[in-house]
Amino acid sequence: MLDEALELHPQVALRPEPFGALAYHYGNRRLVFLKHRDVVAVAQRLADHPSLSATLSACDIAPSRWPSFERAFASLKSSDVVRERESSVTSVTSVTSETNETSAA
Amino acid sequence: MSVESLVAQLKTGLDAPICLTWELTYACNLQCVHCLSSSGQRDPRELTTAEAKRVLDELHDLQVFYINIGGGEPMVRRDFFELVDYSISRDIGVKFSTNGAFIDADKARRLASMDYLDIQISLDGIDAATNDAVRGAGSYDMARRAMEHLATAGFGAFKISVVVTRHNVDQLDGFKALADSYGAQLRVTRLRPSGRGADTWHDLHPTNAQQRQIYEWLLAKGESVLTGDSFFHLNALGEPLPGLNMCGAGRVVCLIDPIGDVYACPFVIHDQFKAGSVRDPGGFAKVWKQSPLFLELREPQSAGACASCGSYDACQGGCMAAKFFTGMPLDGPDPECVGGEGDHVLRSIDTTLAPRPSMDHSKPTTVRLGTTRRPVPVAGA
Repeated sequence: MLDEALELHPQVALRPEPFGALAYHYGNRRLVFLKHRDVVAVAQRLADHPSLSATLSACDIAPSRWPSFERAFASLKSSDVVRERESSVTSVTSVTSETNETSAA
Repeated sequence: MSVESLVAQLKTGLDAPICLTWELTYACNLQCVHCLSSSGQRDPRELTTAEAKRVLDELHDLQVFYINIGGGEPMVRRDFFELVDYSISRDIGVKFSTNGAFIDADKARRLASMDYLDIQISLDGIDAATNDAVRGAGSYDMARRAMEHLATAGFGAFKISVVVTRHNVDQLDGFKALADSYGAQLRVTRLRPSGRGADTWHDLHPTNAQQRQIYEWLLAKGESVLTGDSFFHLNALGEPLPGLNMCGAGRVVCLIDPIGDVYACPFVIHDQFKAGSVRDPGGFAKVWKQSPLFLELREPQSAGACASCGSYDACQGGCMAAKFFTGMPLDGPDPECVGGEGDHVLRSIDTTLAPRPSMDHSKPTTVRLGTTRRPVPVAGA
């Protein structure tokens, strides 16, 4: 995970909130809570760096916190909020768009 | 951060709603007995196309990701497609609720060609007898015809939206099978005593035994059935249902009604829950961020009479609208409290003194020539 080159999915919008951010995926209609501002900052800069670990370094995230970021981004990847760069990612086809289709990272 | 702490955070409000319902018109070709907005006739003060677009511009600036459009029957508005197109062009996805009357083969193809558009067809029975008793004669065939047109046009996974009542609760498996047969998604929501529902709730709402039946069915179906998180009062029965266990009114959701008034949620069209109007200076953003009503709703709420109940954390005291329109105190149990506390309260109060919805756009039952406003024509119905 740490070595992967990631990017925000182009169909995802991030909206800053006091607790972090809301991410909405216009393709699969999923709403995801990003529950820490640091996760938001890293997510926004993924595409500028060769890997997740490089992005974490660039964002001055202490290495002791990297395992929690690795988990958070694995979760964001599974909900298609972020994806691997330069690979054709199959978009999720299920259509869900209610507040009960939420998940958190 | 746990889900519980996220919910605690959400209760203090967001910079903009997650889920905003916008009833575009009070006009409707139907006259459902449980209509939460007492719709029927168009209100002459309805927002104009230009005003509606200004609201959409504001929602774009607030980064509202999508809106739920309803009514009335939203497709009655002549500018319906213009507004939907404009919304999507402003990066605001649209999900709209319809009775299907205006979805013919042409409209179905047009709808199928649009991105970021979801459709909910309302259906309250798996057969015409059950459905039409609530939604009116011919409404079952109307809805099924719309579903056929959408399926033929290749729309994809539309939604079938069911309000669960005493009379259709045994049909939940049937609704699921119907949705599956179309490749559609089933959505079931809770009946509220709002709008015309204030007059029919006592006869239609599920019995206490049926509440458990709904809970167990939803628990078994998990996230494959949408609920709008409307059944969180059932969480007192045990394992929590999927979704956010909280009342989102004024915190993460709100309603814009056809004349631009902003209410805490779609089920409380009453002056006590009106936060302002999109026509006020400062528009919707100021209402959302600064209205005294919404700021108050974002403060910690008292558990009141439920404080000593061990299930309060699970059910959160239930639905504000359900309590309000049955005349029950807001800081007490839900009328459908699964512990039976709601029944106790209902028996001890005079429910005829319950507040009435502030607006009624129902069609007149008798036509008084020359004195009534002419209803919007519903050609094609």
